[in-house]
Amino acid sequence: MKAKHQRLILALAALVALVGAALLAASALRDEAAYFYAPADVRTKGVEAGKAIRLGGMVVKGSLKHAPDGVTIHFDVTDGKATVPASFKGIAPDLFREGSGVVAEGAFDRSGTFVATNLLAKHDERYMPRELEGMNYNETTHQMKAEQ
Amino acid sequence: MHRFANPARFLNIARPFTGWLFWPGLILLAAGAGCGLFVTPPDYLQGETVRILYIHVPAAWLGMAGWGGIAVAALMQLVWRHPLAAVAGRAIAVPGALFTAICLITGSIWGRPTWGTWWEWDGRMTSMLVLFFLYLGYMALANASARQAQGGVSPTTAIFGLVGAVNIPIINRSVVWWNSLHQGPSITMRGSSIDMALLWPLGLTLVGFTLLFAAIVLMRMRTILAEAKAEARMQRMARG
Repeated sequence: MKAKHQRLILALAALVALVGAALLAASALRDEAAYFYAPADVRTKGVEAGKAIRLGGMVVKGSLKHAPDGVTIHFDVTDGKATVPASFKGIAPDLFREGSGVVAEGAFDRSGTFVATNLLAKHDERYMPRELEGMNYNETTHQMKAEQ
Repeated sequence: MHRFANPARFLNIARPFTGWLFWPGLILLAAGAGCGLFVTPPDYLQGETVRILYIHVPAAWLGMAGWGGIAVAALMQLVWRHPLAAVAGRAIAVPGALFTAICLITGSIWGRPTWGTWWEWDGRMTSMLVLFFLYLGYMALANASARQAQGGVSPTTAIFGLVGAVNIPIINRSVVWWNSLHQGPSITMRGSSIDMALLWPLGLTLVGFTLLFAAIVLMRMRTILAEAKAEARMQRMARG
């Protein structure tokens, strides 16, 4: 075997071992490196009241209500599997709206409502002109279809 | 590939190629950026803010592709002892770091009006920042060992380049593996979730920036080779 081939095999073996180690580390970090809890995570793992976390999901359509004081909002956050009520006092980002994504920083109170101290808007991976708004995007065909 | 191992032959090819890559790259970039700013419609949700996409995405691609290039060059240097591979690795590092920085800065500027924050420690942002630090480490290591490597990078630096490549798939998968503030991938094997009306200038700036990047790498390789030649001549003169 030529020295060149020996070096090639050595380099490739080292690379495979390295990628394997990185994949193992990444899968071990799966939960710890998550940026936020989804409502389903909250239900299965249980988050005690008062513990500072981030809660992420979609703002349920029709759930957004403005309190009489004018600066507090109430809304529900869902991930399709579970839904939790949340409230926030302050100025929400422009992109915070019903049916869109949100990441809220805060803690649960004793009644199970998530009291947010900060709101971040999370948008999805779709970009389109305004004329196409309200149309549905089909994940498999990549076609836009008018909303039924 | 060893046909190009001779620096004189490489320079003969690299000299005209620099211009052929640079000018079309600049024209495509100007066209893409101009159309992205003035021709495409605003996004349904983000409005005009979406236009930063045409700089942010190519910068992210080149930051990651740059490290891919460093890893390939490192492999060629370590396994085949290709004399120009070490020079190529060193030449890629600076533009790679620059585009990674552009990606981080434009992302931060984009994040403020859309997400409501300049910076968050989610998987995508953190792994991209790690890539920037890897570039800095690679450059420091390459400069510290430049004298012994004759303009290229030392084997230790090449190994560092190879090891750092582990971060590239992590950046790519970070929005899939972990809950993140950054949205998932828009352009996948199955197609694009960016509507065609907004997508086409991105193609122009992607190709334009990539050609520019390649031109910068060739320019830097020529500079490094010229410097090594001048250094060798000085040493000969000092001795003789």
